[in-house]
Amino acid sequence: MTEALLVSVYVFVLAIFVGFETITKVPPLLHTPLMSGTNAISGITLVGALISVGAGHSTLSTVLGLLAVIIATINVVGGFMVTDRMLEMFKKGKKKN
Amino acid sequence: MNIIIALAYLLSSILFILGLRNLSSPETARRGNQLAMSAMLIAIIVTLTKNEILDFTYIIIGLIIGSAIGAIIARKIQMTAVPQMVALFNGLGGGASALVALAEYNRLAGELRIDVIISMVVSLFIGAITFTGSLVAFGKLQGLVRSAPVVFKGGRLLNILLFTLFLAMGIIVIINPANSTVLLIILAIALILGILFVMPIGGADMPVVISTLNSCSGLAAAATGFVLSNNILIICGALVGASGFILTRIMCKAMNRSIANIIFGSVGTISVNNNDNSKRRVINYTEEDASMMLEAAQTVIIIPGYGLAVAQAQFALQELVTMLISKGINVRYAIHPVAGRMPGHMNVLLAEANVSYDLLFDLGDINDDFRHTDVALVVGANDVVNPSARADAESPLYGMPILNADQARSVIICKRSLSPGFSGVDNELFYQKKTLMIFGDAKESINKMIKLLKT
Repeated sequence: MTEALLVSVYVFVLAIFVGFETITKVPPLLHTPLMSGTNAISGITLVGALISVGAGHSTLSTVLGLLAVIIATINVVGGFMVTDRMLEMFKKGKKKN
Repeated sequence: MNIIIALAYLLSSILFILGLRNLSSPETARRGNQLAMSAMLIAIIVTLTKNEILDFTYIIIGLIIGSAIGAIIARKIQMTAVPQMVALFNGLGGGASALVALAEYNRLAGELRIDVIISMVVSLFIGAITFTGSLVAFGKLQGLVRSAPVVFKGGRLLNILLFTLFLAMGIIVIINPANSTVLLIILAIALILGILFVMPIGGADMPVVISTLNSCSGLAAAATGFVLSNNILIICGALVGASGFILTRIMCKAMNRSIANIIFGSVGTISVNNNDNSKRRVINYTEEDASMMLEAAQTVIIIPGYGLAVAQAQFALQELVTMLISKGINVRYAIHPVAGRMPGHMNVLLAEANVSYDLLFDLGDINDDFRHTDVALVVGANDVVNPSARADAESPLYGMPILNADQARSVIICKRSLSPGFSGVDNELFYQKKTLMIFGDAKESINKMIKLLKT
């Protein structure tokens, strides 16, 4: 029990460090796509919502879970799609000289 | 089976991290986003194979409704409106985490371990604050709520009281997890606190608010991960939390403010005394003067501000730039970190207008070049070129990094009026001898210049 929790804490702390290392390398040019992209990633809570709604425990859990699935999916799908739309626009010009 | 699921989550985590890594260059960024998408898809599919999931009806309904709404918003949204969309989505992410915490509380009732109930309280609290806070930020950016800071007496005290109440309720529910009323009180407190946190923050500080809420939505997801002992949620939540935190710090630095100062300072309510303003006159130049000056220049740096996007002048500006480049003039864009309404917003607006990204330069990369530059063309920007940030220790802007437009040989400023920027501070640059003020709609002014340069 507590061992599993401890492992989760390890994972959390190490992932924060990975996040810091990775994100500091993103140039300001791409900060908006970064934010909308990570925004979509935070929709990962959808995974939790799927479990809540799919377990079919009680009507209350199902209703709460369904709501969570809907809004998390909006977050995920909308976030990734708009990020893709933005990144598609970033083009390099033909350099003269 | 559980091992396969765990390994698939690991694969998904790796893909998320690789996706973020690819965002370090505009050449690979799109692939990076696609990697993150596939990571998400893997996580979802794998979750559906879990044997805890018995009924797929509502899952399918939820996924279809959510995907449809998300896709429509993502397709229809204008690039100027991306900040409010991100704000709204942050709120949805936080809200979803709070809902999952509630649903799990209901599902697991009776058999709650202490670490699970603590995680639930955290997830519910952060998630609900993110939800209402983001909705207020959305309202402010969209113009539904007054964007000026809304401050009332005792607001700060109320925040402290509510937070203390939350801590007390948290302890009660941890001691006695069966007490569901207390959990609902916590939810209510968090929803109110979210509103109270963002209401007093002015429109100019929205880049910081969105970044912070971004971080919070990640932390809420991570807390939900602790509730479910699910590593993929914990990892993704941590990544997003770190990302939002870094962006918050960058934005604070760019505005020379601390996060505490932004939450409690409510700049914009202070009316700065522009005592000698009425006596000073600027010389009103015309587009003819500006186009002649541009034509004679060898090097030009353009400083776009949010006013450019408001006037929808970015396409006209790009036409002007192309024309100048074809005349052999070296033209670059200088982008201040807070140009626009969220981190990096101006770059997206210019990319939309087909400006190639190798013409876009960050403050740090271009600021030393102004002194060798013939013309600095400022369009719809104000505070970010205000020299008082460098020189005048009395100015509220003092210490904020600015673009050194005043060091260029001459400066052209396209602006609606002399009115001060978000900070409410008068801009010394407008009154300098080498400055050409061109008043009017930026789009019309630029179009006039284009016409004049053609002939």
